[in-house]
Amino acid sequence: MSLTLPVAPGRRLRLDVRTALVCLVLALLSLAIGLVSLCWGSGWDPPGDVLAALRGEGPIQISVTQWRMPRIVAALVFGVALGLAGAIFQNLTRNPLGAPDIIGLDAGAYTGVLLVFTLTAASEATIMLAALAGGLSAALVVYLLSSGTGFSGLRLVVIGIGVQAILTAVNSWIILRAELDVAIAASVWQAGSLNGLDWVDIDTPVTVIAVLTVALVLLARPLHQAALGDDLAITSGVRLERLRVLLVLLGVGLSATVTAVAGPIVFIALAAPQIGRRLAGAAGVPLLPAALAGALLLTGSDLLSQWILAPTVMPVGVVTTGVGGLYLLWLLTKEIRR
Amino acid sequence: MNRLRAQGLGLGYGDRLVVEGLDLEVPTGAFTAIIGPNACGKSTLLRSLVRLQPVREGRVELDGRRLAEWKGKEVAKELGFLPQSSTAPEGIRVEGLVRRGRYAHQSVLGSWSPADEVAVAEAMQAAGVAELAHRLLSELSGGQRQRVWIAMVLAQQTPILLLDEPTTFLDIAHQYELLRLLHGLVAAGRTVVAVLHDLNQACRFADHLVAMREGCVIARGTPVEVITAETVQRVFGMAAVVVPDPVTGTPMVVPER
Ligand SMILES: Nc1ncnc2c1ncn2[C@@H]1O[C@H](COP(=O)(O)OP(=O)(O)OP(=O)(O)O)[C@@H](O)[C@H]1O
Ligand SMILES: [Mg+2]
Repeated sequence: MSLTLPVAPGRRLRLDVRTALVCLVLALLSLAIGLVSLCWGSGWDPPGDVLAALRGEGPIQISVTQWRMPRIVAALVFGVALGLAGAIFQNLTRNPLGAPDIIGLDAGAYTGVLLVFTLTAASEATIMLAALAGGLSAALVVYLLSSGTGFSGLRLVVIGIGVQAILTAVNSWIILRAELDVAIAASVWQAGSLNGLDWVDIDTPVTVIAVLTVALVLLARPLHQAALGDDLAITSGVRLERLRVLLVLLGVGLSATVTAVAGPIVFIALAAPQIGRRLAGAAGVPLLPAALAGALLLTGSDLLSQWILAPTVMPVGVVTTGVGGLYLLWLLTKEIRR
Repeated sequence: MNRLRAQGLGLGYGDRLVVEGLDLEVPTGAFTAIIGPNACGKSTLLRSLVRLQPVREGRVELDGRRLAEWKGKEVAKELGFLPQSSTAPEGIRVEGLVRRGRYAHQSVLGSWSPADEVAVAEAMQAAGVAELAHRLLSELSGGQRQRVWIAMVLAQQTPILLLDEPTTFLDIAHQYELLRLLHGLVAAGRTVVAVLHDLNQACRFADHLVAMREGCVIARGTPVEVITAETVQRVFGMAAVVVPDPVTGTPMVVPER
């Protein structure tokens, strides 16, 4: 069922009611988890104290506004970015396994980060650029190795998994060869973690993600049209070659930005778009449900990571790996049987 | 002058040329049928006319301008294409797919104008899939699916339509229904090019036939000019007699034993 909204004289936007409801519920759940996380520090703080802290009063004010808040904003925004990146690549490859964390793009971004870490004096900007360069290089390698089949299909995914394995080995090797202090920092980070992020760490990445998201909104229509297959996409007016380049840039940009700040947080990009798609019952892999499912998964995993071994905080990547690993196994068996 | 034409066309895959030195005029406002044996290059030729097949030699022109110089969306408003086979996004419903035919006519955010709505409704009606509007494409029969794809191309409302074997998967009644529909479009001023395998249908509905063999045009002209026992022998390597169709009087091919 769909709803139409007048946007200009005689022009209407069509909204799918179920998709809209699913998005609303996902957004509310993410916010609710965000609020619960706000109350969770070294132990449980009553919501009253937290509200007071948000107004700038009370003993836990610093910890709520300066420590917990940026972490929750990061979880929401990074979750959105990972969900979108996953949806981009799943649409491009027309395969539910085509996600940046499976086909080696996140591992490539992380290689870039490790290289600047060990070779030069790392700054926020160089780390970000290195992550982007690493992710794009990995994308290029995967594309070239699978060329001839276009950008779609299981073949590209399988090659991507191979590239991922090689890059993961390279990453371990770099860490082993590095100075001790660099190695310790890098290996903690390798798990993917939001621990200790504060406002200055996240303002640039959040801005970058916002800009990339706006660009993606403008490409959403051709992205979905391209799901009709190369032939009909082109004859219905999509500039497919250009679209693909732009989408790879956006997808790598979104996931590499997260990797640069938080390390590779795996499985969100893989699982969120499919969860969003199934809940919304929509055609193809829709973007908004993917983004919101990503936010929900990451905020949820982050809360779990603080809570499972409390007071010790686990890297959130450990939680997403545990949950996502099972999902990946299920998906792989299903895909290969097809 | 005819809007769509090809000159000295060379097309191929890898280092193999499949079509060589082919000239083609698509008569504007007429129904052209391309006939020929399997693998003779019909699909390859048709795809080159909609920019899907790289042109190795020669040129394809629309309104006197090389097709490659046209903007994607502008071509999409002139040329509609139905491939021999297509894939649809998982979970798509009939109406959703037909709506995709409006892509070139919509703005960046994809709002729907009354003209879009009318085009979608008419296309579904014409292709006989209006009752299927809310069904999942994956749960339809092959013939129903084929008609949904046709509806999508009709929704594009292009003056020129190129269809690669549009009658495959359809039962005989639906085949004739589709051909009559295409014939009606031509009567209303549109141009149709279709690859057809049934010579008798081609003779009944097409104004212009192009007979191909091994990448070359062997004969072209009206059905009466093209369909003779001799051309059938030359194109398909099959002995046949040609008699007048008892209903329409157009040539009818009856294979010899
Ligand atoms: N993608 C491709 N790669 C390589 N060769 C191809 C490709 N597509 C077609 N060919 C070859 O080009 C030749 C012409 O193929 P085409 O599809 O144009 O034939 P057709 O006349 O449409 O046949 P049919 O009636 O079976 O649809 C064939 O020899 C075929 O093997
Ligand atoms: Mg063919």
